[in-house]
Amino acid sequence: MAEPTDLKTTPLNAHHRAMGGRMVAFGGYDMPVQFKDGVLNEHKWTRAHAGVFDVSHMGPAMLSLSAPTGDAEADHAAVSALIEPLISGDIASLKPGQIRYTILLNEEGGMLDDLMVGRYPAGAPTGSLYIVVNAGTKDDDYALIARTVGDKAKLMRMDGAALIAVQGPEAAAVVADMLPGAADLAFMQFAGGSWEGHHVMFARSGYTGEDGYEILVPPAGAVAFYERLLADERAKPIGLGARDSLRLEAGLPLYGHDADPTVSPIEAALNFAVPKKRRERGDLRGSDRILAEFGGALTRVRVGLRVLEGAPAREGAEIADGAGKIIGVVTSGGFSPSLGHAIAMGFVPPDQSAIGTRLNVIVRGKAQAAEVVAMPFVPHRYVRKP
Amino acid sequence: MRFTKDHEWIELDGDVATVGITAYAAEQLGDVVFVELPGVGKALKTGEGMAVVESVKAASDVYAPLDGEVTAINDALSGNPETVNQAPETDGWFAKVKVADTAALDALMDRDAYEAFLATL
Repeated sequence: MAEPTDLKTTPLNAHHRAMGGRMVAFGGYDMPVQFKDGVLNEHKWTRAHAGVFDVSHMGPAMLSLSAPTGDAEADHAAVSALIEPLISGDIASLKPGQIRYTILLNEEGGMLDDLMVGRYPAGAPTGSLYIVVNAGTKDDDYALIARTVGDKAKLMRMDGAALIAVQGPEAAAVVADMLPGAADLAFMQFAGGSWEGHHVMFARSGYTGEDGYEILVPPAGAVAFYERLLADERAKPIGLGARDSLRLEAGLPLYGHDADPTVSPIEAALNFAVPKKRRERGDLRGSDRILAEFGGALTRVRVGLRVLEGAPAREGAEIADGAGKIIGVVTSGGFSPSLGHAIAMGFVPPDQSAIGTRLNVIVRGKAQAAEVVAMPFVPHRYVRKP
Repeated sequence: MRFTKDHEWIELDGDVATVGITAYAAEQLGDVVFVELPGVGKALKTGEGMAVVESVKAASDVYAPLDGEVTAINDALSGNPETVNQAPETDGWFAKVKVADTAALDALMDRDAYEAFLATL
């Protein structure tokens, strides 16, 4: 078992250990990979009820103009203009309280990270963005952002806070009992509220494909908030093991595995994160490559695979065509508890990426039949409102 | 029944050993979703991989506890891998092995010694 000596801990660490969480090192943090029910049961519980995840290892932060004018639209345009040169998304068009999934790019159009960027709801200081990046990349991401915005904006990290995800078909009911405003949100909206005197931010978002929330709780209220969630019999604590199998079924890439600095958003099949406005403006980092790939000059693309026989194909397993030629590699894979068979994501040439293409995955030297299938593997159940 | 530090159990009947993983190992692995067993007739060498157990999260090797030849495998595990969790030291057996030298078992732990070993982990 990993000892926490040189690992960082979240505000919920002692709670996890007391609950019998099996702790592992992840992204520099000592985190629970599973609790006593085990990965399979935790996965199924989340798909049927409400799973509660400690995701405090991720990097929430607020980027705020140093000298806002107080004009909400002008200030939002100004702070968007500071961050957009680094990312693939259209931040300027965000409405108050709206969040967007976007990608931090390097100069070659490769992915430095994937992240959430939100425009604070009305009432918050104007010209402020809410940003959440991945654990393993947060120091580099925030150094790059801080360097780029210079003295025009301030980046305030909120590393000490708890970030708690509640996911599943009963998540909305569980959260609504604690935060009455939560039910009003649609997928990818966020708001602030008060719980027992603590100011919390809650977003209707997640990493499982289910409806649910990601809630930022200040350190002083973190354990009490988490315990209150778990006091609800519809809610159970879920470890990183099930978080990974849930996001795999949802077809969502895991940074550092399905995406890295060599992979472009187009290769990662994240075209939706490179909107028309940014492509037309052509001001993306690595624009030439990204636009060429968007136009079809692509050598590899992320696909979903159903493994039709044999063992699960995991990260690093080679993908071969029908003739036995190695054409790609699995970047994430495992057993799908919801579907009862093995699934995987990997990169293959575009001409082998059509749904229904028969391929092989090589597991411990043996070729096993696999088929390209659409993602998500398990349908998303996000709550969208008109 | 004899035990290894790699958490396999070995039950000898004549010169044929039935081999599986211990309840402790099954608990540590978590929910088993796939078991890859050796082919019948495969020659095993002590310490070399003989099977692979896959949980939702990871694949783990199982090492041959003895030299010998595989004479039978537990085909029921292909359809019901969860048997490894439910009955690791009985119905969840992996393979039967014709043992080259039954005296090699004497070097392995008995139940009390294995329990004492687990207490040190």
